[in-house]
Formats: sequence, structure tokens, C-alpha cells
Amino acid sequence: MWADLFTGSVLVGLLSSGIRLATPYLYAAIGETFGQRSGVLNLGVDGIMLMGAFSGFYVVFLTGNLWLGLLLAIIVGAIMGLAMAFISVTLNAEQGISGIGVYLFGLGMSDLLFQKLVNNVETVRGFQPLHIPLLSDIPVIGEIFFQQNILVYGAYLMVPIAWFVINKTTFGLKMRAVGENPEAADTLGVSVAKVRYLTVTFGGIMSGIAGASLSIALLNVFQQNLTNGLGFIAIALVYFGGWRPGWVLIGSLLFSMVNSLQVWVQVIGIEIPSDIAVMMPYLLTIVVLVISAQRVRQPKALSKAYERMD
Amino acid sequence: MRVRWSALFDALLPLIATLAALLIGAIMLLILGANPISGYAALFEGAFGSMNALADTAVKATPLLLVGIGICIAFRSGVINIGGEGQMILGALAATGLGLAFPDLPGIIMIPLVLVVGFVAGGVWGGIPGYLKARFNVNEILSTIMMNAIAVQGMNFLLRDLMIDKLQKGAARIPQTARLSTAYDLPRLVPTRLHLGALIAVILAIGVYFFLWRTTIGYRIRAVGLNSHASRYAGIKVPRYIILSLALSGAFAGLAGAVQVYGVNHFMITDGTAAGFTGSAGFNGIVAALFGQLHPIGTIPASFLFGALLVGANKLQRVTQVPAALITALNGLVVVFVVSSEIWRRKNARRRAIQALEANKAGEPQPAIPVNPQEEEHHVG
Amino acid sequence: MKRVLKLFVLVMLASLLLSACGGAQEAQTTSDGPFKVAVVMPSAVNDLAFSQSMFEALTQIKNEMGAENFDFVYSDNMFVVDDAAAAIRDYASQGYNLIIAHGSQYGASLKEIAPDFPKTSFAWGTAGDTFDIPNIFAYEAYSQEGGYVNGVMAAALSQSGTIGVVGPIEVGDAKLYVDGFIAGAKATKPDITVNVNYIGSFSDVALASEAAQTHAGAGADVLTGSAQMVVGAIGVAEERGILWFGTQADQSSLAPSIVVASQVYDWTVVVDDMIALIKEGTLGGKAYVVTLENEGLLIVFNDGYDLSADVKTLAENTIAGLKDGSIKTGVGE
Repeated sequence: MWADLFTGSVLVGLLSSGIRLATPYLYAAIGETFGQRSGVLNLGVDGIMLMGAFSGFYVVFLTGNLWLGLLLAIIVGAIMGLAMAFISVTLNAEQGISGIGVYLFGLGMSDLLFQKLVNNVETVRGFQPLHIPLLSDIPVIGEIFFQQNILVYGAYLMVPIAWFVINKTTFGLKMRAVGENPEAADTLGVSVAKVRYLTVTFGGIMSGIAGASLSIALLNVFQQNLTNGLGFIAIALVYFGGWRPGWVLIGSLLFSMVNSLQVWVQVIGIEIPSDIAVMMPYLLTIVVLVISAQRVRQPKALSKAYERMD
Repeated sequence: MRVRWSALFDALLPLIATLAALLIGAIMLLILGANPISGYAALFEGAFGSMNALADTAVKATPLLLVGIGICIAFRSGVINIGGEGQMILGALAATGLGLAFPDLPGIIMIPLVLVVGFVAGGVWGGIPGYLKARFNVNEILSTIMMNAIAVQGMNFLLRDLMIDKLQKGAARIPQTARLSTAYDLPRLVPTRLHLGALIAVILAIGVYFFLWRTTIGYRIRAVGLNSHASRYAGIKVPRYIILSLALSGAFAGLAGAVQVYGVNHFMITDGTAAGFTGSAGFNGIVAALFGQLHPIGTIPASFLFGALLVGANKLQRVTQVPAALITALNGLVVVFVVSSEIWRRKNARRRAIQALEANKAGEPQPAIPVNPQEEEHHVG
Repeated sequence: MKRVLKLFVLVMLASLLLSACGGAQEAQTTSDGPFKVAVVMPSAVNDLAFSQSMFEALTQIKNEMGAENFDFVYSDNMFVVDDAAAAIRDYASQGYNLIIAHGSQYGASLKEIAPDFPKTSFAWGTAGDTFDIPNIFAYEAYSQEGGYVNGVMAAALSQSGTIGVVGPIEVGDAKLYVDGFIAGAKATKPDITVNVNYIGSFSDVALASEAAQTHAGAGADVLTGSAQMVVGAIGVAEERGILWFGTQADQSSLAPSIVVASQVYDWTVVVDDMIALIKEGTLGGKAYVVTLENEGLLIVFNDGYDLSADVKTLAENTIAGLKDGSIKTGVGE
């Protein structure tokens, strides 16, 4: 039985599943990485994702225009990110708790809008797989890597971009400075508030896209609590990745592939209680982190409000 | 006298913020075609309107308070415990398992025993992320999120397999345990649904206050939260206190789970989610603790008022017939508004501190309630 | 801290005063006016699954009887058992004629509440137990029957010899359906492979979608699944041209090209009878089962899918056989 897991079709399945499933995690986790690097913990990711998922879905449901849907998801994500920034930066509220508030609001509001505006579970025609010329024709590899939809490619494109912005740009430097030592950054003339507003709003936008990647690209449907806590896993993956985009990518892929693996384990009929199988990705994420024994220090000012003493 | 007024304003602040959130809720109700006045009258009546309503509110508040005082301990030592959901489940499973295994003992023996077992089980489940953090530097937010998911699947497995009610072994198989012996029901305090657990929670909240502020261990926990570097130099074994505080935090959540089973449900059932059992008390307890200024005593009224909001909002749904989703959104708004309103309290506190400095010995210095561990640093340092 | 406590005491006193003024009004069941039903449901009324099936039944009854004769209210998303219990108790104290606790997790609460309101009728399901309490009805669905019929068709239509099942948690109604489905498939083609995957959740649409992808990867060309998260799996089935069999609600509209048939629950059969009994003065004590035979379970074929005549005949014969008892699913009972 276990030998059945090591066949070509399973491996191909694992890889392509992993790549697809990791998409929403990647968007949300990279957005959250920016916020946390500048010192803001946003636990509201899942709520923002739900709002993004619904708004994107609703536009596509009404107009059929996918880009317009994505645009609205981005706008709604930005608004919610801005709200979170206002709460945590301007009002200096406790970040963990306000994030829970934002989550609950998004969870309820997206469901309420869905019930009032759409009412029935409906499907839409979402982003279709984009076959990259030549590459998609390569046997096996082409199918896994080069026959995905554009939002999947976009998620992976964000990884090097995020790395570049964080490590190689002036803004990235400011962001890290604000996250490590806001007082010092402030003294050097960096506006802590401005940087944090930008990163948290960007995080909101990314969460919005993450939601839309579910509702108009991967699942093409909206339902109450569509994300099912996916945003919280994304936050965990930020910690897994130690606030580095490359490692966030590895974490997202690992989690998604193990999740896919547990589905395969059940499908090919290995005798293991389904609930125990479902535990696998969660358990393994912890175990891998323990074994890899990373010693990454978190941004010093993470989740600490910064009040100028003037 | 001005100081007094600003103090009253401070105390009223969460209520003002809640009212502001409800005002937005009123607009939403109007859009949905419901009458906000009758809606909010229903909310108030549902939460406070009768002895039964008050009892229901207290019952709802009990797990919030228990989780909340655990959160106070964790926050005071500088760690965030968002694993309350999983810890509640573990506490409940262990306590239920014991109660099912020994159905024929006298309640006077068994009730304390199951509560202790729930406490210990939650403590173990909370201690694991503590150990992982102290030993392997695994961030507690990551490990507790993952362990919540693991606990849910463990519950699903146990309730549909090892612990399932023998009567359910047949066709339909509802994933639930048998009803626990009625001898083990937590005693009711007054002829309502109010049970002993509420009293236990209040007593423990007071106990935790003494623990944190009147014992050496409590002092060290707070010292670690205020400044782990300085604590290390002072010879405090920081990792040990991180594990201890997360374990204690988990233990109170575990107790909340056991109390929920023996005080309210008297059996366990799963709908496949954590919230189906906990009612999200593992998360809402965090909110209650913060509303209570991360102070165990302050968490008592904060839990009660938050419980009132939850109980009353359900009543509002029944009277106005708006979708329950509105209640969730409203709940989120209240949390955001209350937590945001803290800024006025801090501004007041700062102004009072300055005034006190200026008055200098003219009157007694105003003992400011620490808003969060970071701020208290100034007093200790 | 004292300030907060003081305020707290004040609020408590004020509320007690107010409650004393308001007084608790115990409404009584009135014989004239519409028949009033309250329903408490674990998920959203538009879940395209369990909750929606009851919501639609009540809406249909309201349309048939007219708003002046029948009215209903609901509380949805009551997945927290003690919140649901509070709702049930509250509706009962307001004089509703019938309170439906639409979820098997509510049974224990009903058992406690019903005796306190002897003049009110309660119902719960899916379950078969009235606890010998005279004002409790119970209702359940033999969803294994529809599962069996779907399984028969699935096996007949499968070219690859592999069928996939996406389930939520291995319990209750979902398990009955899945077990019936497997039995039907095996009875039609004994050597057929049925891969079953329970994703551990009623709401994880993304994982349901991946489960469908996995089934496809393992060679399945026919899929089925139960509970509200299967919308994710249906999308995948449509994309990859895999046939789909639905349950709990008619899922044809989601993917008209690949949904072959759905088992639909029609609770009006049960609720109509309860209403009649209650009007005669019988408040409970009866356990209902909806089956193919009493047409509480219906197999709804998708008009948009061109089902071959012989498979349709096979399905109709199976339905007839299950109705007259010549075919047994071998599941449950």
C-alpha cells in the first residue's frame, strides 16, 4: 500500500496540488511578512481574505469581467488594510486583538453580503489555465509548472519581488529599521507611521488578492467562510519562514504538499483514520521547524505600538 | 476633581466604544429592514432582562473568564497564547474521558477530579508550545495555530471512535459521547442554568491576581514579560517561566473546557470544528482579557459584559430575523472599537501622571493601572 | 480596578431594575392566527446542503398554505450547541407551535428543554430517537438509498473503473450516503474501485477541491460527495470533464454539463404530517424516516445532462427495487 505512494502519478499530483494550494497562502503570507517586518502583527488576514474573495466573486458574477473582479478585491483589501493600519498605527491599539476584531468583521460581513446580494451558491468562470508557450509542452514538468492560471504564477512572482524590496531597496531598509527600532528610525527622520501604513495596506491588498485567488481562480465559487481559517495558517507560515520570502515559499509549499499527501494517503486506501491523516500537515510543520532548529529572531518591535513622545 | 471625572471617563470608555459600534450596527440593521430600537431592546433584554437572562450571560461569560485569566498570565510573561481553542478541547476530552471511564463514583469525589484533570490536560497542551518556544525557538503563534487544528482532528477521531456513545454505534452514528452521570453535573447556584463553574472562575480570577502580584513566581513571570534581558541578568531562568506561563494559560483554558462539559453540555459532540464546542471562547477570552486591562480582576466584569453581548446579540437575531452573519460582523466591530478606544485612556493616564508630577506631594500619587506590560516598565524600572 | 468594579455593579443594578419594570412576558400558544414554526439550523440557510433543504421545505409550505396560515422564523449558523439551546428555549417561551432543531447535535438539548414546555411541539433530526418524550418528533433520512442509486449509475457510467468520493467527516448522514453509494457501485460492478476521502471538515472548500483533483489524478472519472464544501469538488469535476453525483440538494445548476443526478431531501413530507398531528393535538412521539418510498427522498436527474436510456432505466429499476424492498442497500437499519 505505502509503495503506491511512490508512483509517478502521485508525485506529479503532489507537486501540482502543492503549487496550486500554496497560492493563497503565498499571497497572504508575503503581505503579512511586510506588515510584520515593519512591526505590525495583523491577525485579521482571514477576514480581509474573505472580503476580497466575496468582492472579487461578486463582480465576476455580475459582469463576468475577471480583471474588474480582481481590481475590486484589491480595493477592498486595501481599504481593510488601511483600516487595520489606522487602528494599529494611528490609534495604537493592541494589534493581536484588533486583528481578531477585523477577522470577525470580515467573516460576518462577507457572509452577510453574500446572503443579501447573491443568496444562492453560484459558480463563475474564473481565470483559466495559462499555457506558457514551449514550456508547457515539456512532458510532466510542463503540466506541473506551466499550465496554471495567472494568479498562481503571480503568487510565485511575488516571492523574488518581495525579497528584492525587503533586502535591496531603501524602502525595505526603512521598513526593517521601523520593525527593529522605531525610535532610532524616527530619530533618523523615517516616518514610522508612514512606513507602517504602507506595509499594512499592502498586506491588505495581498490578502484581498489571496481571497480572490480562491473565489475567481482556484475554486470559482463563494460560500460562507470560504477560506476556512486559511489566513491563520498563512500567519503561521510567516513565522515558519522567519520573515524571509524564500522561506515563506518553502513553508507554503511544504504545508500544501503534505496536505495533498494526506489526501493521497486516503485516496489510495492506506488504512489510517481520516482524522489522523488530516493532522499531518499541521504536525509536520511544527516538527520541521523543530528539526531545522532555525534561530531567527523576530522583528524586535513586532506587535508593539509606537507612540512618539512629543 | 478633574482627575475623578477623567477616571470615570476611563471606566466608561469601553461602554462608549461599544455604543459607537452598536450605532454602526443600527445603520446596518436599518439597511436590512429591521428596527434597530426593538433590536437593541431585545439585545438588552436577552442579556440582562430576567434572572434567566442574567444566568445565561454568566454561563456564557464563564469560559471567557477562565480563558481570559490564563491569557492574563501569558501576556504578563510576554507570550501570546492563541491556542485557547485547542486547550479547551483537550481539557474537555480528558475530563469527559475520565467521567465516562468511572461512571459510578460519588460526585463529591469525581467533580473535583475531572476539573483537575481538565486543568492538567489543558496545561500539557499549552506547555508544549511553551517548551517548543523555550527549547527550539518555535514561535508560539505558529505552534498554537497548528495545535488548535490538531486538537480538533483528535476530538473528531475520539468522538467518532473510542469515546462514541455505544447507542450511536449503529447506522446514523452521531459523533457524541454518552451523557455523563448526572451525579457529576456541576451544582446549580440558583434555580437557573447558572452553575458552580461561574463561581470557581471568579474565585480563580482573584487567586491569579494574588499569584501574579503577591508571590515570587508571579513576580518573576511578570519580570520576564517586562524585560527578559534584565530578568536573565537577575538570575531568573527565563525559558522556565515562559513554559510555566504558557502551561498555566493552557491549564485555565483546559479547565474552561471541562467546566463547559460538566456545567453546561454534560456530554461532548463534534460538528467538525473547534467553535462548535468552544463557541470561540478560546479567542473571545483573549478579547475579554484585554478589555479587562490584562488584569485578572478586571477580566471578571469584562467577560460578563462580553458574554452579555454574545447572548444578547443572539436574541437580537431572533427578534429581528436578520441573518446571524450580522451578529458576527457586529461582534468584530465592537472588538475593534473597544480596543481602539484605549488610546484615550492612555492619553488620560499620561495627563494624570504629568498633573501628579506637577502637584508633587500635594496629594497622593494616582496609582495608574498598567495598560500593558510594556508600559508598566516605567514603574518598575 | 475599583472604578471598573463600581461601574459593573451600577450596570447590574440598572439592568435588574429595568428587567423588573419590563417584566417577563410568557406568551401562550394561540389557536387562532397562523401556525408558527421556528427552526434552528447549524449552517447558513443558503448552504446548498443540509440547512437549505429544511429552509426550502418551510418556504414551500408557506407558499402552499399562505402566509396567513403558516409562518416561520429561523436562527441560522447556530453551530454552537449551547447557543442553539438558548434559541430553542427562547422560541419555546414565545409560543411557537413547532420548534425544529435541525441538526443531530441538538438532541441532548431538546431532551432537557422539551419537558419544560409541554404545550409546545419539538422536532429534531437527523435522528431516530424521540427519547420517549411526548412532545418530541424525530426525523431522519435514509440517505443511503439515494447513495445506492447514485452508486449504481456511477458504476455503470464509469469507463475507467475508478470512482472517487469526497466526504466531510466520517459520521452521520454523510457516512450513510457514502456507504450506500459504495454498496450500489459494488453491486453493479463488483470489481470497481471506489476511493474514499474524508477531508475532516464541512467547510473546507479548498481542500474539497484538491481532494477532487487527487481523485482525478488517481484515475476517477466519476465523483460524488456530501455536505456543503463539495462545491469546490464540483468545480474541479466540471473543469476536468468528470461526472458528478450530488446529494442533499439539487446541484445541477452549479455545473450543468457534468452533474448527472442529485439526491434531494424533501422535508415537506415530514413537516406537513407533523403540522397535521399537532393540529389534532398530538405533539410528538413519532419518528419519521424519509425514504425513496415515501418520496421524502427524490432522485432529481439533470435535464442538461444527456443520460443514456439504459442507465436511466437501470436507475429507475433500482429506485423501484428499493421502494418495494426487493433491493436492500445493506447499510444502516
